[in-house]
Amino acid sequence: MLKKSELNNPISITLDKAQGFAFFKSALEYNPPTRGGWNIVHTGMLLPEAHEIFVCPQGCLRGVILTAAEMNALDRLSSVVVSEDEMFNGTLENNLINGTADILNRLDKTPKAVLLYVSCIHLFTGCDMENVIETLQDRFPEIDFTDCYMTPTMREEITPDVKMRIQLYSLIKPLKENKKAVTLIGNDLSPDRESEIFELLKEFDFRDIHYCTKYEDYLSLGESSIFITTRPNAKPAGETLAQRLERRHLYLPVSFDFENIENNYTILCNALDIEKPDFKDKKTIAESALDKALNIISDTPIVIDFLAVARPFELALLLTKHGFNVKYIIADALNAEEKESFCKLKELRSDIEIFSSLSVNMIKKVKTNDKKILSIGQKGAFYFETDCFVNMVYEDGLYGYHAISRLSELMVDAFLNPKDRNTVLKYKGHFCSTCLN
Amino acid sequence: MNNTLKILSCYSADTAGVCSILYELGGMVVVHDASGCNSTYSTHDEPRWNKKPSNIFISALTERDAIMGNDAGFIENVSSAAKDLKPKFICICGSPMPALIGTDFTALAEEIEINTSIPCFSVATTGTYSYIQGAGEALLQYIKKFCIFKKKNHNTVNILGFTPLDFYINGQLERIVKLFADNGINVNFIGKYCEDILCASVNLVISQSGLKAAKYMWENYNIPYMCGIPIGEKLSELILKIQNIQSPTFIERNTEKSDLYIIGESIFSQSLSYAIELETGLKSGIIYPLENEGLKTAPADFTTESEEETENFLSLNAKKIIADPIYKNIAPKNAVFHDLPHFAFSGRCYEHIIPNLICNSNALKELIK
Repeated sequence: MLKKSELNNPISITLDKAQGFAFFKSALEYNPPTRGGWNIVHTGMLLPEAHEIFVCPQGCLRGVILTAAEMNALDRLSSVVVSEDEMFNGTLENNLINGTADILNRLDKTPKAVLLYVSCIHLFTGCDMENVIETLQDRFPEIDFTDCYMTPTMREEITPDVKMRIQLYSLIKPLKENKKAVTLIGNDLSPDRESEIFELLKEFDFRDIHYCTKYEDYLSLGESSIFITTRPNAKPAGETLAQRLERRHLYLPVSFDFENIENNYTILCNALDIEKPDFKDKKTIAESALDKALNIISDTPIVIDFLAVARPFELALLLTKHGFNVKYIIADALNAEEKESFCKLKELRSDIEIFSSLSVNMIKKVKTNDKKILSIGQKGAFYFETDCFVNMVYEDGLYGYHAISRLSELMVDAFLNPKDRNTVLKYKGHFCSTCLN
Repeated sequence: MNNTLKILSCYSADTAGVCSILYELGGMVVVHDASGCNSTYSTHDEPRWNKKPSNIFISALTERDAIMGNDAGFIENVSSAAKDLKPKFICICGSPMPALIGTDFTALAEEIEINTSIPCFSVATTGTYSYIQGAGEALLQYIKKFCIFKKKNHNTVNILGFTPLDFYINGQLERIVKLFADNGINVNFIGKYCEDILCASVNLVISQSGLKAAKYMWENYNIPYMCGIPIGEKLSELILKIQNIQSPTFIERNTEKSDLYIIGESIFSQSLSYAIELETGLKSGIIYPLENEGLKTAPADFTTESEEETENFLSLNAKKIIADPIYKNIAPKNAVFHDLPHFAFSGRCYEHIIPNLICNSNALKELIK
């Protein structure tokens, strides 16, 4: 067996050697069985009373159909299968239109909206999506259509995940502005009601797609005066929507840095034109929670993965400063927003090992001499083979000082109460309903 | 329209078939497709993924690769991974985008073989056909590339066409092997394929995925084959007579009319239909949503081209249905539905209730109770 250092496809580098934004060169990829992340099917399902129609070759369809089936939502997704012939004989666009029309004519109930997903081949063959949507809109005036993209080949330009968030809100039309209406957009998970942000917004009409049960509720988001995004993959959606509706967008990224948290609240209070409360108590609670967790977890090695939190290096810096032994981070690239934390962490713990989540050699998992490892995230649990893990995806929707307090509690719970990782990690779409046993 | 699915699932694709049938042979399979597309296979098509890892990877094709035709990058990445993992062989196959840009996989395989000195072959997949095409072609290519005829081993049967897509990993293959072993017949099965597979006296084809290889071995090495699965005890006894066959042998049913219909993979469905008839006297028809070329169908059987056709046929003909639970969505409301999950159709959704009918009459009777 080759030594770790002799591999053509390295599985890790130490923090002191990490440079630039991509830590590992592009290569063949392995897929670990950690299924908590959301995909574009899950995200599209947030639109109430909408129907998803995927137009793709069989190989691409399989995953999306079974995503819907596993979340007990097969009745909200249909598909048009693209054949090999269609890819070459010039019928791709017509079949896209006619197939979609056929499905809509056969559905028992007319949906209020249709998310029409096309695939890589449609983009590469120059399919005119504007014409497709216009034609369908003419044929079915009672339905709102929007174009969505399952185009993973195109990830160098704009990822399907980011594009999905933009398109999810594309059907919102400008309504008369309600100065009290503030909407959080672009998050897969429902917002953290215990976060301080709700305290700031208590006199306001707070909205989120997660609270919309009818299509009209979704449309009423068009009254909002401010749109907030908190995750990097949602930022373009916020910018696009606010620009189109001529409203304000605030990007208040979820953070594990006290200064950034405070800064986010300052920006929000200024935008809302309210006095900023003193969150000293909240900060003290967060710090106490960290201290309490440290007393229990002590110097147990910790691994943090990028699926759990958008800013793993920032979280690692927070934990390191509080005395935790963060030893490993799973991240293929650096989120540009946490560059500063990355550099500070490098000064404090240059020995931290950064692991690839995709390297072919990760199929053998990570062998260490550690007796016990605590993972924050599913990928850490799988690769480091530990049942002591915080089953967190996308910060679980947590935000602000409360996110730090709650994460500390979850770390203690994970440390003391191991989970059966093989069972937990198999569920697709964290917090989605599932038919799996 | 034939190509629309209002509410049904679709079957696993050709690329999944390639990966699945080669999974336990110690090789490395690379699907030339975009990053993340391997998640479909590892989540929904491969129940062994977590328990028994195998070198199945994706090339992480990007728009730049597709536009610029970065074949050199593909060759380099496959070769580099192979040098790390040292597989027994390498198999490469394509998806829609490489099909669209006309990637020459035969040439790529030759280059990779020269680069690595590891045997490499390609399977012509496009992501637009069913797993049967991919698995069938991969098995055939594997046999052509690695298996050598030495001398005939009498009393040896190859089991062709096993993948968990059709035979869930709940002991079905093991029971088939045991059936032959208990009766003094040597068995070759997936995971133990070796270069002397061409020396077997007979082939048992347990799914359409094995039929292409069986035909090749019959035409080139005079190895006869039987299509069938030992479902229930009575059919198992008949299948044990496989050593006596001299030419391709098929299950022959003569159902003229029935209100009981089975939907599923063709060899499995024929075997199930015949086993039910042998055990209970009940005749049944079959709806074939997948390939059934080369098999003998009964007058009551129906080859369907679409969800709509299946729905209409069921509404006119079926009072009792044995099929994957997802088909319930298009079954007549008053029909009696017997759940028989098919992993290649519903993936993990019903894996916990997939029965093991092999050599088991009680399980068979329980299914149709």
